Amino acid sequence: MDHDINIRVGGEAGQGIQTIGLALAQTFQKSGLYVFSTQYYLSRVRGGHNYFQIRVSDSPIKAISDRLDLLIALDSASVEKHMEELNDGVVLLDREEVKITNDNRQIFNVPFQKIAKDIGGSKLYASTVATGAVLGLLCCNLKVLEDILKDTFAKKGEDIININIKAARAGYEYAQENYSAKCKYSFEKVEQKTKTMLIDGNDAVGLGALAAGVQFLASYPMTPSTGVMNYIAAHADKFNVVVEQAEDEISALNMVLGASFAGARAMTTTSGGGFCLMAEALGLAGMTETPAVIFLGQRPGPATGLPTMTEQGDLLFALHAAQGEFPRCILAPKTPDDAFYLTAKAFNLADKYQIPVFIMSDQYLADSQFTCERFDASKITIDRHLLSDDELGSMETYKRYTITPDGISPRALPGQSKHVVVADSDEHNEEGHIDQTADNRISMMEKRMRKLNGLTKEMEAPEVYGPHEADVTLVGWGSSYSPLTETVDLLNKEGQSLNLIHFNHIFPMNKEAIRSIILKKGTTVCVESNATGQFAKILKTEADIPVDMNLLRYDGMPFTSGYLIRALREKKVI
Amino acid sequence: MVTMDDYLDIETEWCPGCGNFAILKAIKKALVNLGKEPNEVLIVSGIGQAGKLPHYMKCNTFNGLHGRTLPPATGAKIANHELTVLTVGGDGDAYGEGGNHIIHAIRRNPNITTIVNDNQIYGLTKGQASPTSELGMKTKIQTHGVVNTPLNPLALAISLDCSFVARGYAGNIEHLTGILEEAINHQGFALVDILQPCVSFNKLNTFKWYAERVYRLDEEGYVPDDRITAFKRSLEWGDKIPIGIFYKKEKTTLEDGFSALKEGTLISRAKDHALVDELIDSFM
Ligand SMILES: Cc1ncc(C[n+]2csc(CCOP(=O)(O)OP(=O)(O)O)c2C)c(N)n1
Ligand code: SF4
Ligand SMILES: [Mg+2]
Repeated sequence: MDHDINIRVGGEAGQGIQTIGLALAQTFQKSGLYVFSTQYYLSRVRGGHNYFQIRVSDSPIKAISDRLDLLIALDSASVEKHMEELNDGVVLLDREEVKITNDNRQIFNVPFQKIAKDIGGSKLYASTVATGAVLGLLCCNLKVLEDILKDTFAKKGEDIININIKAARAGYEYAQENYSAKCKYSFEKVEQKTKTMLIDGNDAVGLGALAAGVQFLASYPMTPSTGVMNYIAAHADKFNVVVEQAEDEISALNMVLGASFAGARAMTTTSGGGFCLMAEALGLAGMTETPAVIFLGQRPGPATGLPTMTEQGDLLFALHAAQGEFPRCILAPKTPDDAFYLTAKAFNLADKYQIPVFIMSDQYLADSQFTCERFDASKITIDRHLLSDDELGSMETYKRYTITPDGISPRALPGQSKHVVVADSDEHNEEGHIDQTADNRISMMEKRMRKLNGLTKEMEAPEVYGPHEADVTLVGWGSSYSPLTETVDLLNKEGQSLNLIHFNHIFPMNKEAIRSIILKKGTTVCVESNATGQFAKILKTEADIPVDMNLLRYDGMPFTSGYLIRALREKKVI
Repeated sequence: MVTMDDYLDIETEWCPGCGNFAILKAIKKALVNLGKEPNEVLIVSGIGQAGKLPHYMKCNTFNGLHGRTLPPATGAKIANHELTVLTVGGDGDAYGEGGNHIIHAIRRNPNITTIVNDNQIYGLTKGQASPTSELGMKTKIQTHGVVNTPLNPLALAISLDCSFVARGYAGNIEHLTGILEEAINHQGFALVDILQPCVSFNKLNTFKWYAERVYRLDEEGYVPDDRITAFKRSLEWGDKIPIGIFYKKEKTTLEDGFSALKEGTLISRAKDHALVDELIDSFM
C-alpha cells in the first residue's frame, strides 16, 4: 500500500476543476489524512489549461511533490500535458467528452456526464460524479464526502443536496465495480488521526486579521491578494468590519491611513503593480507615523507579469519603496499557521511603533491549502498602544509627535478628548505643524528612526531546521519553507548533511541574533524565487553575512523538493 | 459656547491680499455658528497654498499628500462618523492630481464637506496652469497660453448627481459662511468650489475681475432642487458668474450602508472572541 499520492485535476477554466479539487482535499482532510493542495491557473475565467493538485498522505507532508499518480482529465490537453509525468498511475476521464486517440491501459473511463444526466437530469452534476469516482478508486469513506456536500449545498435545499449525494455515490460505485480491483492506492485502512485544519495562506491571513480585530480594509482587487479581501468581506458584518473597494490603490492605502489616524485597525491588500501605486502613501504612513498593515501577495513582474503565478521578486521594492527614510517592518509567513499568528503580530507592531508593517506572501502560499494544527486564537492579543481617556483628560497639552527616548510618541485619536490631534506629511514639529528648520528636522528624523531600535528587538531569530551544524546550510525566507524542509529531510535520509535557516521576520534584521546562528561552517545556499537573490543582498547589507551561492527560480512555478534536489546536484553542492 | 477665539488666530505664510484669508475666516465662522468645537472637527488637507489652511487654525488635522484629501477623509469618517470631516485643497489638488477621487467620492457619498480653494492656478509651485485655468492664460509652462479646455467642477459634480454642489467667492465672506454652514449640515457629500483670487500668480482672475461678474443665485429666487436646471446654471461662465448653492439632493450616505456603523462608531465596537473560534472550526 502506498500512502503518499499525488492527484491532479486538469481542465479548462470553468469546467469545475476547483470544485472537484476542493471537495477531494476536504474529504481527505476530514478523513484524518494529511493534505496539501495547490492550484495552477491562467489569468482567465474560461478556457486555457489549468490544474488543481492534491498530495495526500497518512503521515505529515509539507509541500507538493513532482510525482503524479492519479490524473482526472477534464480535457484532452490534460492528457497531452500530464500523461508523461504519470509513471505508473491512472488517468480518470469521460471518453464521451475527452476525445483522445491514446488507448493506454492506464486510462480508466468513467462516463461522468452520462451518469450526471441519468441521475440529476443535468451535466451540472458531473463534477460530483467525478469526485465520487476518485474516492471509489481510492476506496475512501464516501460518508465524509456526503457530509461535505450537505454543508456545501445547505443553502440550495434538500433536493440539490440529495441529487449531489446520489451523483457522488454513482461515481463511487462505478469506480468500485469497474476498477477498484486494479487500483493500487487504497486508503481503506487508514486510521483516523487528530483533527486538523485545511486552510490556504490567504484565508489564514484574513482569519489572523479578524482575530487581531481588524476594523477597516480598503483594497483594489489584484491577484493573488484578493482572497484575503474576499475572506474578510465575507465575515465583515459579523465582525463589525468595514470593507471598501477603493477606486485605485492610491486611494486604498490613503483610506487606510485616514481610518487608522481616526483610530481603526486598518489594512490593505495588494500585489506588485498595486503596491507601486501605494508608494507615496507608504511614505505618508512613515511621516505621519500612522499604523498600517499592508498585505503584499507577490506575483512575477515586471508590469503585469505572470498574474496567476508565483515569485518572491518584490522584497527589495517593499524594503525601499517611497521617498525618504523611515522605519518599516517586513514579515513573510512560512505557512498558513505562521500567516495567522504573524498577521496578528503585524497589527500589534504597527500600533506599537506607529509604522507600516508588511505581510509578504506570494501566489504559492496564497492559493495552497495546507493541513495545519488547529490555530490557537487565545495566543493572540490586541495591543493598541493608545492613550486612555483618563490619561488624556489629565494632560494640560497634547502633542502628537512628542520627542521621546524610544522615538514612540504617545498616540491620541481625533475626537477622543478635549485635545486636537495634528498629523502632517510635511516635516513638522512636536505639535504636528509644518516646521522646516534644520534643528527640528534632525530631532524629528532621529526620533522616527529611533523606533527601529525597539522594533529590531521584536524580530525573532530565524528557525534552524535540521541539525545545528551541517555541510550545507540552505537559507530561505517566506513561503519556500515547506519544500525546503522536505528537501533537508530527504537528503539527510540519503546520508547527506544539510540544514535550513529560514526567516519569517525579514526586516529590520536582528543582526546579533542572526549572526550567532548563521556563522557556522559549511556552504550556505540562499534559495529564492527571484532572479537576483534579493534576500541574500539584504542579508549582506543588513547583517553583513555573505552567502556562498544563490539558488534561484523565476519561471513562475513554486519550489518542490524534486526541483531543489536536482538544482543542488547541478550546482554540485551535494 | 464656542467662539472664534477657540479656533485661534495663527500667523500664516500666505501672501498679503490672498483670497485664502477670507476662506479661512469663513470656515471658522461657519464652524462657530454651527456650535462645533475644534476637537469635534477634522480637516484633511492636501498640498498647496490651500492645503496649509488647517495649520492656521485649531482643529484635528490630517495634512496628507497632494491630491489625496478624499481617501483619508473617507477612511476617517468611516472609522469615526461622529467627527465633522472637511477636506481643503486647491484646484490642482482636487481636480488635477486627485481627479479620480472626486468622481468616486461623489459616487460613495460620504458625509464630508469638500472645500476647493479654486484660484485657477498652481500657487505653491509658482504659477503653472491648473485644470480650471482659463483658455489662453499664459504661464511659464503654457508659454503660448492654455489650450486644454478648463474643467467645470460644478457641471462635473451635478452630472454625477452629487448630493450638494455650491460655489462660493472669497470676496463675500458672509455669503460663503452661509454656504459652508449648509454644506457641513448637509447629510452627504458636499462640494464647495470657492473662487479664490491668487494675487501673486493669477493676474487674470483678480478680485476686480470676479467682482464685475459674480452674482448670487439666491437673490434670483433660485431653488437648487432640479438637476437639469442646476446643470444649465453651472455652465454659465463669462460675463456673469453665478455663486450659491446649485444643487441639493437627499441620498443615502456611505456610512448608512455599513452595518458595522449602525450601533455606534466603528472604533467603539468591541470584538467577540468566540466568533474567531467558530471561524477556525469551519476549517476543521
Ligand atoms: C505628488 C506631488 N506632485 C507634485 C507636487 C508639487 N506640488 C505641490 S502643490 C502643487 C500644485 C498646487 O496647486 P493647487 O493644488 O491648485 O494649490 P494652490 O497652491 O494653488 O493653493 C504641486 C504641483 C507634490 N507636492 N506632490
Ligand atoms: S501664491 Fe497665490 S494662492 Fe498662494 S498665498 Fe500667494 S496669493 Fe495666495
Ligand atoms: Mg490652485
